[in-house]
Parts: sequence; structure tokens; C-alpha cells
Amino acid sequence: MDNALKESQTMVHVTINGRDYKVPAGSTMVQAMWYTGHEVIHGIGCLGGVCGACASVYRMKGDFRLRNALACQTLVQDGMSFSMLDSYPIQRAHYDVAALSDPKEELFTFYPESATCRNCNACTEVCPQGIDVRDAVWRANFGDFKAVADLTMSCVMCGLCVSRCIAEMAPHEIALYARRAYGAKELPYPENLKIRLDEIVAGTFSKEMDRLLGLSTGELKKECEVKS
Amino acid sequence: MSDLIEEFYARVPVMDETPAPSLSSEDRQKLLTHFYPDYRPEGKATLRVGPNAGTVVPEEIAALLESRSRLQGPRTLPENPDREVDILIIGGGGAGITAALHAVEQGADVLLATKLRVGDSNTVMAEGGIQSALGEGDSPVEHFRDTFRGGHGANDPTLLSILVQEGPRMVEWLISRGILFDRDPQGNLSLRKGGGTSRPRLISAKDYTGLELVRVLKEDVVNAPLEILEFSPAVELLQGPGGACAGAVLWDLDSRKHIFVKSRTTILATGGSGRLHIGGFATSNHFGATGDGLSMAYRLGAKLVHVDSFQYHPTGVIFPSEMAGMLITEAVRGAGARMYNTLGRRFVNELETRDVVASAIIRECAEGRGVPTPSGASGVYLDLASIDRDAGEGTVAKRFPNIVKLMTRHNVDPTKVPILVYPTLHYQNGGVQTDAQSRTAIPHLLVAGEASGGLHGTNRLMGNSLLELFVFGRRAGLEAAQEARERPPFSWKEVSIAHVDQFEKDLAREFKGGDRPIAPTLFPDYRRKDS
Ligand SMILES: Cc1cc2nc3c(=O)[nH]c(=O)nc-3n(C[C@H](O)[C@H](O)[C@H](O)COP(=O)(O)OP(=O)(O)OC[C@H]3O[C@@H](n4cnc5c(N)ncnc54)[C@H](O)[C@@H]3O)c2cc1C
Ligand code: SF4
Ligand code: SF4
Ligand code: FES
Repeated sequence: MDNALKESQTMVHVTINGRDYKVPAGSTMVQAMWYTGHEVIHGIGCLGGVCGACASVYRMKGDFRLRNALACQTLVQDGMSFSMLDSYPIQRAHYDVAALSDPKEELFTFYPESATCRNCNACTEVCPQGIDVRDAVWRANFGDFKAVADLTMSCVMCGLCVSRCIAEMAPHEIALYARRAYGAKELPYPENLKIRLDEIVAGTFSKEMDRLLGLSTGELKKECEVKS
Repeated sequence: MSDLIEEFYARVPVMDETPAPSLSSEDRQKLLTHFYPDYRPEGKATLRVGPNAGTVVPEEIAALLESRSRLQGPRTLPENPDREVDILIIGGGGAGITAALHAVEQGADVLLATKLRVGDSNTVMAEGGIQSALGEGDSPVEHFRDTFRGGHGANDPTLLSILVQEGPRMVEWLISRGILFDRDPQGNLSLRKGGGTSRPRLISAKDYTGLELVRVLKEDVVNAPLEILEFSPAVELLQGPGGACAGAVLWDLDSRKHIFVKSRTTILATGGSGRLHIGGFATSNHFGATGDGLSMAYRLGAKLVHVDSFQYHPTGVIFPSEMAGMLITEAVRGAGARMYNTLGRRFVNELETRDVVASAIIRECAEGRGVPTPSGASGVYLDLASIDRDAGEGTVAKRFPNIVKLMTRHNVDPTKVPILVYPTLHYQNGGVQTDAQSRTAIPHLLVAGEASGGLHGTNRLMGNSLLELFVFGRRAGLEAAQEARERPPFSWKEVSIAHVDQFEKDLAREFKGGDRPIAPTLFPDYRRKDS
């Protein structure tokens, strides 16, 4: 934060939880909170844009639109007013992926609300990862779980889509279910893994491994020194 | 801000693609001794108290270990514990979750306590992948050799042989949970190359490997029959009969009250310590990586190993400064990204081991060939555009979508301009010394994951850490369940925190009553001092 100040030399006006502050331009929203003395615990996880803990809501001065962002990754702007959302309550299905027998049908057992999507697209518009969430929900409903996996791989589970869904579902949980079912039930078992596991079980490498373990540290170092 | 970035990138020199001269093993050694922070004398202290007295470690680690407790004296325990369980697992990252899932399967009664939310961890941040020797012409033996060489021969060979042989079986477990690793057109797991390895061996889920692992395993652990306490970090371990571990004291961050947990076995899975910013380095680690497990275990008398050894990942973002420390995965160099100094010259083979590449970057900057940033730091260019030139337009966007997304948010398009990088404090190579069953010198205290030490020697190879979480997380979970069944019953009356009093007495004696820091700190404090 102090570096940001050194870099940019300018301050911007922001409003945090309804209170006005001046913070260095070039700070992220989280850094702006630290700069103004906030202790942030709920709302920070990775600080690297992948854990989804820092979902936030903001408006810009003079603009009626309500926007959302990941606070650890979003730079403050002059006239920004924001609050963190901490956690959005969700309902998640209780299932064992290995026990699924007809995952495409069972989607409607675990998440019947999935079928009630009203196509409003609010989820897609809000997603900080740029995921076409609405499309993913429909693909899930149609049983195209591969497409769901391709569309939603970057989902950080921030729950912002839930906060906007007029059908009150949790699209990211539905996508998680579809991805898991696709991975565990649809994709073929990888041949290269099977071959290696069979070899390990057959003890193919045991003799050489035992030999290595029988060496002194000095000998072992020498053996391993060069790439083979 | 964009003006600042434009100005910065206006100065990028013409890049000369001639590879850097290759290094002999003497050159490597010289480079490391002169520039790698582990080998430098500055900022070090010799431990005076505890099981590792006499070891030279970074000052920040000495402050962590030779510290006073957060529990103020006189220290007494309540009449009864707040919870009584078979197994207490401390830390909800990859190692803790894996241990929990395996322990619960054994029918154990498990409490998982963690600092933030389950999964807010270093695990979720992993980008590159997991090492698993699946290729033709590869084998667990080759994996062993590469890792032992990479770890400078300081690895515990027994732990390492377990890692490489049980690895593929844990990959199978992950797939059975529905984790989506990248596949080749034949449906095989795609294998990629990381630094310091002789064969392509990294399996990944684009550059979201950790996120994919955590999303899935977190769902399983919240659905499993166990209790989870979030926002409840452990601040001290408890001592039972015979000096064995008997549970822990947790600190509820919301109610600001202590929770006393009596357990038959305890697994520490608290991860690393990047947020201690050793040597002033920025870090790639999550917000809660403050080395808590090390300090708690040390006070109880557990021996640590290689705690003087850290991994400074060569390529952390250094400009724009608000991103400082953020990791650019090594896989980009595996894919052909190149590095240049301010003169536009390449200065090291980009596929050397991490410590060598990091040392070379530090050397360039120390000797005036670094690129200065507006805030007075310096770094080198990491150019991803060569990947697209070599492997075809769009490769970067396809293989590293997360990097493109994160950098673009800060107005830097990594497919067009180079990223400015400098080494970032990334991984704690050492930790609490453990055996093949994840046991420590303290009975009924097990340690798994980044908090443990010995496996990686003094330099971890990319992808081995994630593999460790699953191999040894599982072992810890199973061992804990067995120990919980077999440990003779003991009463709350036999439990104490006298070891903490004793440790503080030793501190007072050695430091002649001088003030010592308090640990674990739980979080770094980045608030402006005068705010
Ligand atoms: C950015 C980044 C990229 C990486 N990429 C790779 C990669 O590609 N491949 C690879 O193999 N490795 C990679 N690593 C390393 C690897 O991710 C970690 O070493 C590994 O995930 C550590 O797992 P863990 O479960 O031991 O610790 P963590 O995942 O960090 O989990 C520890 C948990 O314990 C909690 N905790 C801490 N203190 C306490 C306390 N006092 N009480 C209760 N809970 C506590 C933490 O909040 C956290 O949830 C990467 C690391 C980082 C930071
Ligand atoms: S899909 Fe929903 S939960 Fe996932 S990143 Fe987008 S808004 Fe967040
Ligand atoms: S917000 Fe809800 S209702 Fe609207 S498109 Fe998305 S899933 Fe459908
Ligand atoms: S703190 Fe993890 S995404 Fe922002």
C-alpha cells in the first residue's frame, strides 16, 4: 500500500462501509481497507484471486449500477463506494460422487431448482471470472456436463452469482456437481495411470528402489547427481 | 494507473533471444552461495532455546520459535474441556482435508479446526500441478532420483520412496472424487515438464490445479460426518501423560474466546510461513501462512528439520506493486517463456532448479542489470510471448488462463508485454521432523503437509508438495485413527500446559529476561501504522 503510494503519488476518494476515506490510487480494495485501519479477517483467504473469500459489492459515484468484484484483485477508483459480502448463504447437496448411478437425472434430485432458471443472465453479468454462468446452468440441465466443465473451470466459488439469481439457486454448486460427475463418471479411466499402477502393484520397481535405499547418502547423491 | 504502466512498458528493451551460457555444477554452487538467501549470512540468528538450539535460522524464524505464548500466565485449564474427540486436525488445507477424509472412513470421531474457511490455504493457490511418474520411460525411481538431486541430497530417502511409490495411487483417488485433470486426446493424463526434472511428470487442471482440488475435496469434507470449526486457529498444544500431545487450545476469532479440545491424537496440518516475509521478501502464500504449527510443536518439544531452508520462487510479480508476490507458475518456463534483464539479455537457462534461477535473478538485480520499478524495487522480464511464437498463437491464453485473467485486471496483457518478476517467498522446505507414519518426536502428535519436514531436503521440486499432501495426509489420517483406538484412556486432570511455562522459563534464562515476541501471530498486520 505504501508502495502504491510511492508509485502513483495520488490519492483517490472512496467510501468503505459507508464512511469516506482517501487512499492511494493503485491500491486494491483490500489494501484500501488496510490503509484505513480495518482489520480484515472474514473476507480474506488467498489474496491471490482464487479462493473467492473477498466477494464485494460497489457503486461508482453518479452511476446507479450495482457492481461486484473480488476485493483482493480490484483496484480502487475515485468515487468508489464498497462493502465486503463475506459469505453468502447457500444450500449444498449432500451426495457421494462415487455412488451416483444416473448423474444427469440425479441433478434434479439434488438441485431441483436448477430447472427453474429464468434466463435472466444476471449470474453471467456479475461473475468476476467472466464465466457464462447462465449457459452453464442450461448445459447442466441438458446433461452436457462436459460443456459445464469447460465453461466453469475458473469458478472461484465466490457466490456472487447466487447473490443475483432471481431463481434463488446456487449456480456454482450446480456446476461443481456437474464437473465432478463428469470427471468421476463420464471420463474414461486414464490408460497411462492404469499401466503405472499395475506395474507398481506387480513390484516392477521394488528391486531398484530397495537398492537405492540400501546406499549410503554419499553413494545415493552420486547416483542421482546426473539426469538420466 | 494505466499511464504508469504505459510509461513503464515504453522502456522495454529489444530482446536478444540468444540462450544464456550453461552452468557447470561449480557455477551453480557459486551462484547459490553468493546470492541465494538461505546461504547468505545476513538476517540470521542461532537458536538458543528448544530442541533445535544451536541451529542457524532466519531471524523471523527465530522470532517465531523463541517466542512467548498468546496465553497469558498464570495458565490454568478450565474444569472440563469444551470438546473431547478421537482426532483433532489443525488446519483445513489439502493435507488436513485429506487426513480428515481418511480418518473419518476409519470410523473416528474427528474435529477439523482451521484459521479461516476450510480450503483458504496455500493449497487452493497451487497453479502448476502434481508430480506423478506416469510417462513411458518414466518411473517412481526416476522421480526419486530427480527429487533427491533437486533436494541437494538432504531428503529423507524413506519418506521420498513412499512419496514416489504411493503417488499414482493417490492420483487415482483424486480422479475417483471427480477431479478434472487435463487429458491428452487419447484420454491419458497429460504430463508436463517442470524445472529440475528429467521427464515430463506434472499433471494439472489448467493453471487452476489447487482450486480444482480444493473445490472438490472441500465439498466432500463438509459432507463427511465430522465437525468443522472455521475461524478457530489453534494457539497452543496441550500436554498429556508421558509428554504426549493431548489436544489443543483454539482461539475463536469471532467470540474472542478460547476453546479447549482434548483429543487422543492430534494432526498438525497448518502449512507454511510465507506471511512472515523472511528477509523482507514478498510472498505467494495465503493470508494465514504464519508458521503457527512450527511454533506450537516446538514449544511442546518436537524436533524441526531444515527450518533454515526456504524456497524463493523465482517468478513472483514485482510490478505493479499491488500485485507484489503473486506467483507466475514455473510451468510457463516449462512451456518456453524466457527471462531477460534490463539490457534485453537472457542470463540463465530458464529450466534450472528454482533456487538457481532465483539466485540468478537476485544477481542481475544486485549487479545493476535489474529493471527498476517506480516504487524503487527491481526485477527482470519474464516474457510469455515466446510461448505463443513457439507453440502457436493462443497457447498462453489456453494453458494459463488464470495468469492472463489476473494480469489483465491490472492492465498488463502478458500475451503482449513481459511480466516484471522477482523471487517471492514461496515454500517452507523444512518443518517438523516426521517419519513414514507422519509421527513426530512427540507421541500422538502427527504432522502432515508443508508444516512437516525432511521429504524435500533443502529444495522442493515443483509438484511434489501437492503430491505430499495426499500421500502423507492419507497416512496421517490412518495412523491417527489407529492411535486413537489404541491409546490408553487418560483424564482431563492429567492434561496441562506446563510445557509452555517451562519454555518461557528457558527463554527468560537464555535471553536474561529480555522481551520476546509473541507467537503464533496468526495473521500479518498490513494496516498503516498511523491509521
Ligand atoms: C501460489 C502457490 C502456488 C503453488 N503451486 C504449487 C504447485 O503447482 N504444485 C505443488 O506441488 N505445490 C505448489 N505449491 C505449494 C503447495 O500448494 C503447498 O505447499 C501445499 O498446498 C501446502 O498444503 P498444506 O495443507 O500443508 O497447507 P495449506 O494448504 O496452507 O493449509 C494449511 C491450513 O492451515 C490453516 N492454519 C494455519 N495456521 C493455523 C492454526 N494455527 N490453526 C488452525 N489452522 C491453521 C491455514 O489457514 C490453512 O487453511 C504452491 C503454493 C503456493 C502458495
Ligand atoms: S460462477 Fe458464481 S461462484 Fe463461480 S466465480 Fe462466477 S460468480 Fe463466483
Ligand atoms: S441468475 Fe439464476 S435465473 Fe438468472 S440466468 Fe442465472 S441461473 Fe438463471
Ligand atoms: S482473497 Fe482469495 S480471491 Fe480474494
